[in-house]
Amino acid sequence: MNLTSKELLQAKNEPLNYFNKNSLIIIGLVVLGLFLYPFISPSKFALHLLMMIFMHAVMSQSWNVLAGFSGQISLGHAIFFGIGAYASGYFYTKFQITPWVGIIIGISISALVALLIGIPMLRLKGHYFAIATLLIGISFQVIFQRWSEVGASAGLYVPINRDSPWLSMQFHKNKVAYYYITLVFFIITFFLVWLLNRSKLGYRLKAIRDQSEAASSLGIHVSKYKVVAFIISAMIMAPMGSIYAQYVLIIDPNNTFSVDISILVLLISVMGGVGNIWGPIIGSSILIPISEFSRIYFGGTGRSIDLIIYGILIILICIFRPSGIVSLIPRSFREREKVK
Amino acid sequence: MSNLLKVENLSRSFGGIHANSDITFDVNEGEILGVIGPNGAGKSTLFDLITGFTKSDKGKVLLRDKNITNIRPDLICRLGVGRTFQKLKPFADQTLLENVIVGALVKEKNLKVARDKALEIIDFVDLIEKRHHYAKELSTGQRKRLELARALATDPKLLLMDEVTGGVDQKTIPGLVELVLKLKKNGITVVTIEHNMKIIMDISDRILALNQGKRIAFDTPKNISQNSQVIDAYLGTVDAA
Amino acid sequence: MTSQVIIQAIISGILMGLIYALIAAGLSLIFGLMEIVNFAHGDHLMIAMFSTFWFWMLFGIDPIFSIPLTIILMAFLGVFTHYFIIRKILNSTMLIQICATFGLAVAIRALAQFFFTPDFRTIKNPIIQGKLEIYGIFIGYPQLFASFVCLFAFILLYLFVSKTETGTALQATSQDRQAAEILGIPSNKMFALGWAIGLSCVAVAGSMLSNYYYVFPDVGVNFSLFAFVAVALGGFGSINGSLIAGVIIGIVESVGGLLIDPSYKLLYVFAVYLLVVILRPQGIFGRY
Repeated sequence: MNLTSKELLQAKNEPLNYFNKNSLIIIGLVVLGLFLYPFISPSKFALHLLMMIFMHAVMSQSWNVLAGFSGQISLGHAIFFGIGAYASGYFYTKFQITPWVGIIIGISISALVALLIGIPMLRLKGHYFAIATLLIGISFQVIFQRWSEVGASAGLYVPINRDSPWLSMQFHKNKVAYYYITLVFFIITFFLVWLLNRSKLGYRLKAIRDQSEAASSLGIHVSKYKVVAFIISAMIMAPMGSIYAQYVLIIDPNNTFSVDISILVLLISVMGGVGNIWGPIIGSSILIPISEFSRIYFGGTGRSIDLIIYGILIILICIFRPSGIVSLIPRSFREREKVK
Repeated sequence: MSNLLKVENLSRSFGGIHANSDITFDVNEGEILGVIGPNGAGKSTLFDLITGFTKSDKGKVLLRDKNITNIRPDLICRLGVGRTFQKLKPFADQTLLENVIVGALVKEKNLKVARDKALEIIDFVDLIEKRHHYAKELSTGQRKRLELARALATDPKLLLMDEVTGGVDQKTIPGLVELVLKLKKNGITVVTIEHNMKIIMDISDRILALNQGKRIAFDTPKNISQNSQVIDAYLGTVDAA
Repeated sequence: MTSQVIIQAIISGILMGLIYALIAAGLSLIFGLMEIVNFAHGDHLMIAMFSTFWFWMLFGIDPIFSIPLTIILMAFLGVFTHYFIIRKILNSTMLIQICATFGLAVAIRALAQFFFTPDFRTIKNPIIQGKLEIYGIFIGYPQLFASFVCLFAFILLYLFVSKTETGTALQATSQDRQAAEILGIPSNKMFALGWAIGLSCVAVAGSMLSNYYYVFPDVGVNFSLFAFVAVALGGFGSINGSLIAGVIIGIVESVGGLLIDPSYKLLYVFAVYLLVVILRPQGIFGRY
């Protein structure tokens, strides 16, 4: 039919990927603003807060890739954070290897661990998988609490180096460098996930997430891609651990392998919106300030209050807005116009 | 006419229930094979066995004389066997186009080429205006076309369709039937499970009749309609729509 | 390493295991009914333990007498939880269901920390105290009593579910919600009942534990984990499975700690989980 072939040609001429011009401009301005922000002499706390927001956004993005892309729910994601932290910390402390290389080591080890854990875990579905990840997460913590080579419970103290800040990734005079490092990682990660979303791999993973049986009938090797998603997710998480280690200069099992981290990345993703690339930054922008501010205003018991708020918020989100805060953003920003 | 698919003594039991017992039949290239049988006869199980979703206890499945018994579903797809499901499984939060692209990615390495191919298939099933609609927004009939399009995008030589006209209102049915015939015209061999007797008798070249997991008849539609065993199995449930 | 020491460990393991079994039974019941894992189960246990503590601290009621009070409290809490939270997420995705009970766990624990402080509490001089000695093996009366009460409660639960009309109705709902509805069994009421019973199990276990265990906000965490392991090992939805699994876990924890290294007790139990769930996904008695 003439009419149909005309429509078909028109359809083929559409761009493969959709760019909402307004959104792009806004994003561009925000990114520019973030880069210029330190020039207006913000407070140390403000820089710290933003840095924590970016860091946790990347950590949640890591979790989001696994859950949102292949539908696997991990309750033990902290292990990759811890591996990243210990990798860079250990190799710097013992062998004076620069943390920049340490980050790469951390990523590699995380990828390997993800592969080793991911394969046997393929047999587990749903709740069994989730609980297994919880147990594995705790097991890592238990092991590192007793592993003397990496300092056991006391952990590792990264030796202070004031002479070559960039080489040792330690900035003592001014914390701005940490801010930029985290910001750059955040932007890179975001971009990579955006690419993933539009790639062949992304299509396949989302198919697995939505209907893994149908995906299988459409030529997708489900097991292989589930492990791939796991590995990618691990590789995104690891650098955050390394950077964190360089920021606080002490790496111990309670801070880096804790269940609280695993819970936090999950809460942030769900709050923001699982499976959506904006979810992690939205969730992070809401939950991290709550935590940081309650630490200031409530002092010692501050930790409990932010958790109380988190818990209640999450329950509310699950009941009233399971698709996350991101679903409150008008659709026109997020998708192309329907034909007809 | 050569055998595209040969099934020999395919059997599968669950607990004490013999879902499929010694099923044997073949499918000629270019034909439409109808599969009929009352509920619980083992039709969907047969599809699951052929496409690798369930392991068989015994028997063989040969695709052009290549043994494909019990291999992974994704490999079977890559060898040219596509299928749709009785209980539809669309990627609900993705658009029609995105759904079909997933299928196209089996054979196309380039995403843009895959997209174009997906568009052609969507055009084939007459849903081009809905290509950017989310799957969950489509009607049941449209979702059936979506599943069909998705499976077609994988370039199958053999397509297994499970109840295409099930759960769809009367006026949508002729369109779907026309689509199945269009497939045949385009050289795709079709095996279809159907409850609607009139349709299956009309379009099938041959019919496989199952009852309680066993093959009770495998013949032309004319002979099937006079087969006493088939009539017995269907007593009271003939759906002459 | 005398045989006495090993037997001691096995007995302690069995006793603790019976408590794990009751906790797991509650969890398994809830899952069997509505396919929701209560990630806050251990924290519900913590509430039961604290309520027992406060009954003793504020009103001087000994744990053995406050059991009925705690049961009523926790049963109400169960119905509450179902009504206000669980009911709303019955049809949500698994992720959302996991998150909701997870969020509940976080909130409960944090509230306990805020109101009760992280301090460890103990009940001093409960009625049941002291220990028993048989052939050089020491068994504390509180532990013994706790285990027997839990076993008794478990048997009551089993009888209720299998012999009473309501129990059969519960089973029906858990096997096929729609079919049960058609037969006139209201799912919503069954679910609420399930939560009430599930948390009552935790109430009994918690009361008994308070006799000799430290009570503090995070106490539920390990119990949660062991309950998950027990339920997976026994089979999600199988109450019988919980008993055997609970005891196995108690023994593994105790003997493993004795023979290998006590600080890795968690890992032995986890290893059991991973082995079972990978080799036999449905657990001992579960339907998969």
